[in-house]
Amino acid sequence: MQVMLIYLNENQLEIKTGGRLYALREYYKEDADLLIVNGYPVNDDQELNEGDHIIMIKRGEHPSAEELEILMMARHTPGVHEKLKHACVGIAGAGGLGSQVAFALARVGIGQLVIADYDIVEPSNLNRQQYFIDQIGMPKVIALQDNLQRINPGTKINTYHQKVTPENITGFFSDVNILVEAFDAADQKAMLTNHFLCNFPDKFLVAASGIAGYETSNSIRTTKISDHFYLCGDGVTAAEPGCGLMAPRVGIAAHHQANAVLRLLLNKSPE
Amino acid sequence: MKLTINGEVKSYQENLTVQQLLEKLNLSPERVVVELNRNILSPDMHIKTELKSEDTIELVQFVGGG
Repeated sequence: MQVMLIYLNENQLEIKTGGRLYALREYYKEDADLLIVNGYPVNDDQELNEGDHIIMIKRGEHPSAEELEILMMARHTPGVHEKLKHACVGIAGAGGLGSQVAFALARVGIGQLVIADYDIVEPSNLNRQQYFIDQIGMPKVIALQDNLQRINPGTKINTYHQKVTPENITGFFSDVNILVEAFDAADQKAMLTNHFLCNFPDKFLVAASGIAGYETSNSIRTTKISDHFYLCGDGVTAAEPGCGLMAPRVGIAAHHQANAVLRLLLNKSPE
Repeated sequence: MKLTINGEVKSYQENLTVQQLLEKLNLSPERVVVELNRNILSPDMHIKTELKSEDTIELVQFVGGG
């Protein structure tokens, strides 16, 4: 009998050449009701090929940590996950930008996040930040850590419930490959950028400026300022009386930042 | 003195430090990141750093919101 190698729930398995999906299910997990072949859900029986990755899931059954990782990353382009899993990304500020950047980076499977913020969750934060009513009064870093663990327990999270100052920047963020500037105040944004890039000229910083209001989405851009410094936003629209911060535009800028991080980790230019 | 500031060439009659340039451009030093000839310039150097003709400067002034 000729055999071929496939992967069932990421375990190597030899089956007979030309074996079929439904026969495999009957033998190994007959109560599985979701079949995923090479990252895509499949609804019909099909012949299997050498090297196929098959995942079988029973609805309602909680997958193991290993299975969860495989299942979450099944929609990624091959080869991406390993690079992201070994990355460490810092997030300075856990407000509208930082909480949404953190959600996106946990969902793509970044291995480690370092998040610093001194603030607590307030009702006015819920208009744009990734927190819930029952988290009001909690330190943002703790609430965010809880929320991220509920999405992807595979992402390791270090938190600092402290104000970021010139004195502690190097200590907090010495292990990160890339730092996301996600502060609210303009002078804090500049302070962080200056200190981080002066102290770590070989690391990357992705900042945001000009994200308030409800101007067109298309004015928010990712701009390369220098080899290690990228800026997301329209550059001019400040938060001020009459021009508030709203979930869509802050979210667009946050996701520009998250995508810039992703592209840098994959050796692509964010611009 | 000819300076390239954010990609545009500008001419100045007088010698300028980085701090004087920021004042001239009405930029607020505590909100600004200055990159001089591809290196980030620490804010405590703004006052001491004299600009030279042909210098290339990137100036980013942050606005609030996050």
